[in-house]
Amino acid sequence: MSELPRAIELGVIGCHVCGLVCRDTGQLGMACPRCGAALNRRKKASISRTWALLITAFILYIPANLLPIMRTVSVGDVDDNTILSGVVELWVNGSPSLAVIVFTASIVVPMLKFFVLGTLLVSTQRGSSWALLQRAKLYRLVEFIGYWSMLDVFVVALLTALVRFNILSRVEPLPGVVFFGLTVVLTMLASMSFDPRLIWDGKDNDD
Amino acid sequence: MTREISPPGDDLPEPVVQHPRFNVSLIWLVPVVAALVGLSLVIHDWLQAGPNITITFQTAEGLEAGKTLVKYKNVVIGKVTRIQLSHDRSHVLVKVALDKSTESFAAADTRYWVVRPRIGLGGISGVDTLLSGAFIGADVGHSQQYRDEFIGLETPPTVLYDAPGKGFILHGDDLGSLDIDSPVYYRRIQVGRVASYQLDKDGKGVSVDIFVDGPNDKFVTRASRFWNAGGVDVSLGANGLKVNSQSLTTMLAGGVAFQDPPGTHDRAPASENTSFTLFGDQATAMSPPDGPPRYIRMRFDQSLRGLAVDAPVEFFGINIGHVVSIDLDYDAKKQRFPVNVGAVVYPRRLGRVYEKLAAVAEVKANGADLSRMMGVLIKHGLRAQARTGNLLAGQLYISLDFVPTAPKVAFDPLAKPLEIPTAPGSFDKVQEQLAQIVDRFQKIPFESIGKNLDRTMGELNHTVQQINDDMLPEFKSTLKDARQTLGTANEALSADSPLRQNLSETLEQLQRMARSLRVLSDYLGGHPESLIRGRQSDPSPNNPAPSVQTNATQQGSKP
Repeated sequence: MSELPRAIELGVIGCHVCGLVCRDTGQLGMACPRCGAALNRRKKASISRTWALLITAFILYIPANLLPIMRTVSVGDVDDNTILSGVVELWVNGSPSLAVIVFTASIVVPMLKFFVLGTLLVSTQRGSSWALLQRAKLYRLVEFIGYWSMLDVFVVALLTALVRFNILSRVEPLPGVVFFGLTVVLTMLASMSFDPRLIWDGKDNDD
Repeated sequence: MTREISPPGDDLPEPVVQHPRFNVSLIWLVPVVAALVGLSLVIHDWLQAGPNITITFQTAEGLEAGKTLVKYKNVVIGKVTRIQLSHDRSHVLVKVALDKSTESFAAADTRYWVVRPRIGLGGISGVDTLLSGAFIGADVGHSQQYRDEFIGLETPPTVLYDAPGKGFILHGDDLGSLDIDSPVYYRRIQVGRVASYQLDKDGKGVSVDIFVDGPNDKFVTRASRFWNAGGVDVSLGANGLKVNSQSLTTMLAGGVAFQDPPGTHDRAPASENTSFTLFGDQATAMSPPDGPPRYIRMRFDQSLRGLAVDAPVEFFGINIGHVVSIDLDYDAKKQRFPVNVGAVVYPRRLGRVYEKLAAVAEVKANGADLSRMMGVLIKHGLRAQARTGNLLAGQLYISLDFVPTAPKVAFDPLAKPLEIPTAPGSFDKVQEQLAQIVDRFQKIPFESIGKNLDRTMGELNHTVQQINDDMLPEFKSTLKDARQTLGTANEALSADSPLRQNLSETLEQLQRMARSLRVLSDYLGGHPESLIRGRQSDPSPNNPAPSVQTNATQQGSKP
């Protein structure tokens, strides 16, 4: 890896949008001559943006878990469920597989993203050259699984739309699901704003 | 691109230079906003949280931590957060988190109870909780004191604090068939219910708290009378069989009824917690106030079969009291068994009579005492009699009445108890008279009457025999003759008989004659002069109309 040069070392810069490679003049406010997009060696303020979005997501993740996300009304019996109580109920009522899926999508994946992005940010900030390739793979994993945590939101949206039998049975969304949806969106934005090339910037420090 | 990378080409295009638009990273606003939102939620939640209270119940049946709600007028005011047993495991402690806005529900006199489906004699309640599960009902108190530990009621309270209406206290001898929630009736409409009851402290009666709902509470006046309307009131007394009931519900569940007494009375509505007497039945309740009771004693020299304790004592037909004791006594001197009857009378029931008598007695004896009044009356022949009130059932009652023929007796107005002299009852007299009638009957010579009757019958038989033998054959022949005569008459009147034909001809001629007579009379009516002048042969040329008439008459008179 070390024999592969980076664009900075070669004095070139690539456009994020159209991929055109230009000479890096080092001036402020460079723009792509072909498509007009702003040229940056790395994504602008990538670390701080990712941090900000990640922290926001984490803050919102607290009410998302504490507030009930769904109200099930069946024959007069009103039942408010948070994410975790829903998982527990699924498990107790004899659908452990569903419980595992929901648990994975709603608890494991967001936590994984917080943890992975946090690790990436910290290590990148410190310019660590530790496990560069693994970190890059982790980043791709986060990018990939990001949207799967929307599962819970979809479940609530679908149930609300489908289960409408007035008195007999009814499902209503509760504020928790909004926070949860925001959390998922913000983690996705956070992983988007992270520039994986920063990982490789740390390899020099190793020397 | 086939261009080589190794020499960073000089032919690469120069980037365009733009001025930076932002130099402050606004991205940090996002977590700040999120934090603010989160913080506001926390603060909101914290502000919303009201007091946490603990309610003690006998059982946690139907309650569920985190789910069971606390409701007031079906509005959620809190939620059960935890249910645990008390240290000695004798009851359950239910922790409830009240909402901020319902802090007043922690007032010291607030009551809590569990609303479950209940089925009672008064009806079914809490059906909705069958599906939705039990909840804790609350009735907010008015106390300014707050506390966080409450003892839950096992049954819902009958009367809520802010319910419009008034509570009253009834004092009675016994509870009857009353129970909590028993209805209170006014003119057979339910206007309230029994809230609670307890024994009096001395154990000599019961106090019943009732609640009359507004706006009907205004019908409870200071003069109102309350009576126990429970069950079926079947009484077999001197007045006959009487069945009375307020309603079907009261027959089963008991109830209280009230009404104003007839006549003039205080119509001002009674104030809250006024005490009333609870009477046993409507008749007692509606009768005028009894006033103080007086004990009197009577001594009867006859059998009093049919006289029972509680039999009425009447004065000129007005019930003034009742018999309380019947004792057999032995009079060694006369070798008889007199019956001592004790009775309680309420002189005030006589109303105006009592006042007037009192006035008279006062004038005469200087003291309106019953004994003195009685003394005056007894001097004029007042006596107690055991009379039959109901011939069918043979019930006796005591009647105070004037017996003009009664022998004079000595009366001691100072004796205690007051002793009323007695006279034999009317029924005894009837019995005596009946015995006399029977005696007379026995004197009638039924035997000789029978013999005479027998002989007369024999003679009658003989006479009938004679009639049969002599008169009947003659009668038969007479009948035969009569039938023959009728046959002859029948023939003479038949359709083809000569008599009949002659008759019809004669009738025809008679008809014809009648017609001529009519024509003649018509003519005479038109020409009365013809009677003298005779018939005019020529009609006058001057007036044709009469001529027509004349012609017509001529034509008519031809036949």
